Amino acid sequence: MIDVENLSIRLGDFVLDSIDFHVPNGNYGVLMGRTGSGKTSIMESICGLLNTSGGTIKIMGRNVTNLKPASRGIGFVPQDGALFSTMTVRNHLGFALSIRNWERQRIEKRVVELAETLKILHLLDRIPYRLSGGEQQRVSLGRALSYYPNVLCLDEPFSALDDETREDMYKLLKLIVDQMGITVFHITHSYHEARRLADKIFRLENGKILEWDS
Amino acid sequence: MSLEIERETSFRVSSDVPFLASLWIIGGVYIILILSLLIADASYSTPSHFLKALQSEEIRYAIKLSLVSCTMAAILSLWVAIPIGYLMSRYDFRGKIFFDAILDIPIVLPPLVIGLSLLILFQTPIGRAIESKVTITYGIPAVILAQFMVACAFAVRAMRVSFDQLDPRQEQVALTLGCNRNQAFWLVVLPEVRHGILTAATLAWSRSLGEFGPILIFAGATRMRTEVLPTTVFLELSIGNVEAAVAVSLLMVFAAMIVLVIVRIYGLKGAIKFNQ
Repeated sequence: MIDVENLSIRLGDFVLDSIDFHVPNGNYGVLMGRTGSGKTSIMESICGLLNTSGGTIKIMGRNVTNLKPASRGIGFVPQDGALFSTMTVRNHLGFALSIRNWERQRIEKRVVELAETLKILHLLDRIPYRLSGGEQQRVSLGRALSYYPNVLCLDEPFSALDDETREDMYKLLKLIVDQMGITVFHITHSYHEARRLADKIFRLENGKILEWDS
Repeated sequence: MSLEIERETSFRVSSDVPFLASLWIIGGVYIILILSLLIADASYSTPSHFLKALQSEEIRYAIKLSLVSCTMAAILSLWVAIPIGYLMSRYDFRGKIFFDAILDIPIVLPPLVIGLSLLILFQTPIGRAIESKVTITYGIPAVILAQFMVACAFAVRAMRVSFDQLDPRQEQVALTLGCNRNQAFWLVVLPEVRHGILTAATLAWSRSLGEFGPILIFAGATRMRTEVLPTTVFLELSIGNVEAAVAVSLLMVFAAMIVLVIVRIYGLKGAIKFNQ
């Protein structure tokens, strides 16, 4: 569950005020809006990567407005995947778990489980530059989901993929989200993508969020 | 009523040859000038001059000291340049422009002035207090410190550019995955800028190898004590042994070329991998 109440963001001349929206527990929320309207800034605020100038952000009922990104329980998948160029796929999937001092065997079990679900088991020992765009986004998704976050934040994750790969990713994402029962906040420009995935569609227009469709 | 549009039937763009030729001519003239200097040096020297130079105990000492002091200066430069480069690239703070200008002082100051300033610094009460514990002035530490003062400024520039070029998204993702800033820096940021670190180290090492002015003032030019390769060239020239001075100069050119070529090959491979 994501609750954003009266959120304000100020970045130089760019201002967003009184942002309110609610994504219920286990729901898939999609935010749409024009380029430069501030969608990514809202997501960065939820993830704790951008300081807010007012309002509150609650994740699963807990006020996380002033918490560090690591303490918010959010899995973040940025637009380009932002994979680490020196790490193998295995290291990516186990990264958050080794930070949490999981035992090696437990990490390996979780990595294999994720890789099977994401159909990247054969890629475990590869490094990112040898992967296709779709494969890179699967790794990025697996890395974000590895530690069972409460909320998954996706910032235009499929915008650089071809139609066929994108369709595969929609199916895979829907399957994983249904299996995990996770709350998702997804930014996209594609109305088709929003219709395929969303339980709730929000639109950011003139600095205000409108619930567009449910 | 329809508008009549005059369709373009023939449009010829002028040749690119003059533009490309001018680039090649300007670049070529400069390369020829550099090569001419090396060829002139090489023609002045014979293999026997090299052998004689290498057999000299003083010159062998200068080679050893140069290798050790340049490596030490490069390591120290990295140790300072990485945190400063990261700070300057990632954070905005009051007085940043002033801080940035101070970092450039060792680049714009004449090398002799840096040596003189170091010498004066170690005559102040603080400098004397340090000297009472460790001898620095006119010793090997002075050589390393003089090389470090200039080399570090170049390393800071190189590291800042590397951090500027790194997309902060990877670091941000690491923060959401559970890292604190320290962990994100060591586990994600530093491995991502490994080619920048190599470039900064090479730059610092090569700058240190060519450093002469501050060493002469701050460390002196004492044979078998503070003599590095540029000092050897100066000392050999001062006693009229031009052949030995040229032979040592060419040795420095070879050493620098080997390091620069190795780094460029390694850096290029890394860049190709990264961009694939």
